[in-house]
Amino acid sequence: MPTAEPLLAVRGLIKRFGGLVATDGIDLDVAEGETLAVIGPNGAGKTTLIGQLSGDLPPDAGSIRFAGVDVTALPAPARSQRGLARSFQITSIFREFTALDNVALAVQAHAGHSFRFWTPAFTERALREPARATLERVGLGARADVVAGTLAHGEQRQLEIAMALATRPRLLLLDEPVAGMGADESQRMVRLLRELRGRHTIVLVEHDMDVVWALADRIAVMVYGRVIACGTPEAIRANAEVRRAYLGEEVPA
Amino acid sequence: MRSRARVLTLLAGLLALGLVPLVAALTQQPFYLDLFRRIMIFAIAAVSLDLILGFGGMVSFGHAAYLGIGAYAVAIPAFYGIHSGLVQWPLAMVLSGLAALAIGAVSLRTSGVSFIMITLAFAQMLYYLGISINAWGADDGMRLARRSQFGGVLDLTNGYVFYYVVFGLLLTLLWLGNRLVHARFGVVIRAARSNEPRMRAIGFSTFRYKLAAFGIAGAIGGLAGALLTNQTEYLTPSYMHWTRSGEIMVMVILGGIGTLYGPVLGAVAFLLLEDVLSAWTVHWQVVLGPLLVLVVLYARRGLWGLLPEARRADG
Amino acid sequence: MNWLLVVEQCLNGLQFGVMLFLMAAGLTLVFGIMNLVNLAHGSLYMVGAYLATAAVTRTGSFLAAVVFALLGTLAIGMLMEVLALRTLYERDHLDQVLATFGLILFFNEAVAIVWGRAALFTAVPSALSGHIQVLPGIRYPAYRAVIIVVGLLVALLLYVVVTRTRLGMLIRAGASNRTMVGALGVNIRLLYTVVFGFGAALAALGGLMAGPIYTVLPGMGEEILIQVFVVIVIGGIGSIRGALAGAVVVGMVDTLGRAFLRPMLSTVIGPSAADNAGPALASMLIYILMAAVLYFRPQGLFPALRG
Repeated sequence: MPTAEPLLAVRGLIKRFGGLVATDGIDLDVAEGETLAVIGPNGAGKTTLIGQLSGDLPPDAGSIRFAGVDVTALPAPARSQRGLARSFQITSIFREFTALDNVALAVQAHAGHSFRFWTPAFTERALREPARATLERVGLGARADVVAGTLAHGEQRQLEIAMALATRPRLLLLDEPVAGMGADESQRMVRLLRELRGRHTIVLVEHDMDVVWALADRIAVMVYGRVIACGTPEAIRANAEVRRAYLGEEVPA
Repeated sequence: MRSRARVLTLLAGLLALGLVPLVAALTQQPFYLDLFRRIMIFAIAAVSLDLILGFGGMVSFGHAAYLGIGAYAVAIPAFYGIHSGLVQWPLAMVLSGLAALAIGAVSLRTSGVSFIMITLAFAQMLYYLGISINAWGADDGMRLARRSQFGGVLDLTNGYVFYYVVFGLLLTLLWLGNRLVHARFGVVIRAARSNEPRMRAIGFSTFRYKLAAFGIAGAIGGLAGALLTNQTEYLTPSYMHWTRSGEIMVMVILGGIGTLYGPVLGAVAFLLLEDVLSAWTVHWQVVLGPLLVLVVLYARRGLWGLLPEARRADG
Repeated sequence: MNWLLVVEQCLNGLQFGVMLFLMAAGLTLVFGIMNLVNLAHGSLYMVGAYLATAAVTRTGSFLAAVVFALLGTLAIGMLMEVLALRTLYERDHLDQVLATFGLILFFNEAVAIVWGRAALFTAVPSALSGHIQVLPGIRYPAYRAVIIVVGLLVALLLYVVVTRTRLGMLIRAGASNRTMVGALGVNIRLLYTVVFGFGAALAALGGLMAGPIYTVLPGMGEEILIQVFVVIVIGGIGSIRGALAGAVVVGMVDTLGRAFLRPMLSTVIGPSAADNAGPALASMLIYILMAAVLYFRPQGLFPALRG
């Protein structure tokens, strides 16, 4: 194992909702360049974990270090500025803006402050060109001028990825990127993510095990707010506890 | 791109507003000069409210507070013998802008219904403050001895000059507003209304932009207030009454929320309607109320929204 | 400053708080369950006050006036819900604010048409016009004491209804899951109308009791409504418990501020300055309190748990 500090280091992360402990002392390391998939049954606390990583939910205890800095107390925008980008489980885009405008906004967020009152933003080449390039990259180049709310579901999911990429992130948090997709759309998304893999560090929450096997360098299995196992896909496949608890198989002892 | 119908309506409307003094002079009905000057003052207030309400999605129910502060910023210096508009008007904008920043800093910590209630409550607080300060007229208010002075260059006691000053300010506001809503700042405000969690996720600290917009809207509201005291040559705390906030809001919705020119149209329609109804019966609000309910239920896009739209939604 | 006066003002604060609670309970219930911001809630308070005043002048019986005002406002409230507000449940808050603003204009003017713009005065019912001994040496107006008792009883009743009864269960379920309640075969539209009418009757109860101690005039509802907003923001939107706590706090702070701020200030900054600053500051006190609460707890003191 390399001795360099991991890009993301989570220690003892606890989040309670009333009596329910959604994440119960989670430890995770994500190395630069790797793709970590987080799997687990519904209600295991995966989305709560993503929320805490992105800065939308304040943890009750524990710490998150990102790129060598403790970001536990930083709100979401500040984490984004440090290179942490996320996609949402339920599509979250600017529906009344065009696809290009959506991505240009993400570029704008990382191109200095926006206390500029005079020049029309949507004609700024410095915003438009990177945005267009990013749209091309996710395969939406031809749909740039379509109002985002009218895009097909799969295209909206691609747009989410484009917005995350446009912030030039060091780490991508992807919350069920193929949720609600048909087989074709799903395959296209997996192709896209495969291209991103290795070039970006990715934390991927996903239910679809085919997607997980296709992309993950390592897999963390969550059950009842805890990580019960973490390792290579082969190790996870072979792990008896995981197969019992999650994959639901009868495992001879 | 704006549709041709909208461009034509806009040009015709502005031309008509510009020609009102001529008509008033020819028909010897100075009343119209007065009425339309008042309408334009409220149009300025309505446009400023729409910057945060329509573009920013912040349902502020206390906009009359800034009108009131602007009015006091003219009347109080005048009371102590300072009549220069070059002091009064900037003071009105600065004070109301600062008040808006303070109110915004607290109320923007919440959203939704709380936000509505809090902005309303703060405005009402200022209203009660106004009626309890005896030195400045308490609930009777005070007369404005002289309209704001501009060193003999502009004489606001001349109704025509005053009219064109207001007209010029309205045009300037629309022009600057048009730049603002399309500039980076305006885009951030609009996008934050559309989807705030997404804005934060891509790295915008939306709070500071929303607060800045709130302050800008407050400052312009203050300017409208400064104009309003000059218009009536009187100051009363009732400029800050919560019903006034409601009326400005109605102008925005009636004209077309989230557009720049809609609120102007709304101010014209609302105040003309008020004028016609109140000439007909003193109980005109008994008609206006249900009318308002009907507008909300059945004509939500406002008058400006009735005009055909071009390909893309635009100011 | 003598302590008898302090006790009396505390009771006055409690009495005002109880009035605020009657309003806040209905408003917060309607918001919590139907997700409706009803600005015209103050109008129902006003209507209650007017109906009671009219009935008492006509019949001379306070009891008859109470029944008439409660039933009348209940009916008007339910009519209002069916005619206008029902369509607004799914709309955004801005639409609700505007439509109910329109209703306020209507009600204020309608009342002025029927009863005139001048303030009406009614006497405290003769049976309650005396004083009672609340503590040794402390006498308190019987009518105000009754208001306090009635208000606290209503609070208790509400608590029992919401936590212990089938209706309360439906109300709580309706708040968290509309379709589920619908699937249980409950007529949700009727439920909403009933809840709204109930809130209206509570507002009327406040209004009719207010008649003899405050002035009855058009616009009286909004005066209290805005203070009720402060109550709800402080207590936490949608929570009955929060409404009660917020109402008592606001009632106390407002009443005590008006009574004691000026004398207290005059010892510090001199009587003439205090004459100016005292009332001004007193009138701002609850709003300053609201700002402070929001600064530390944007959700209010007792936020309702909403799914």
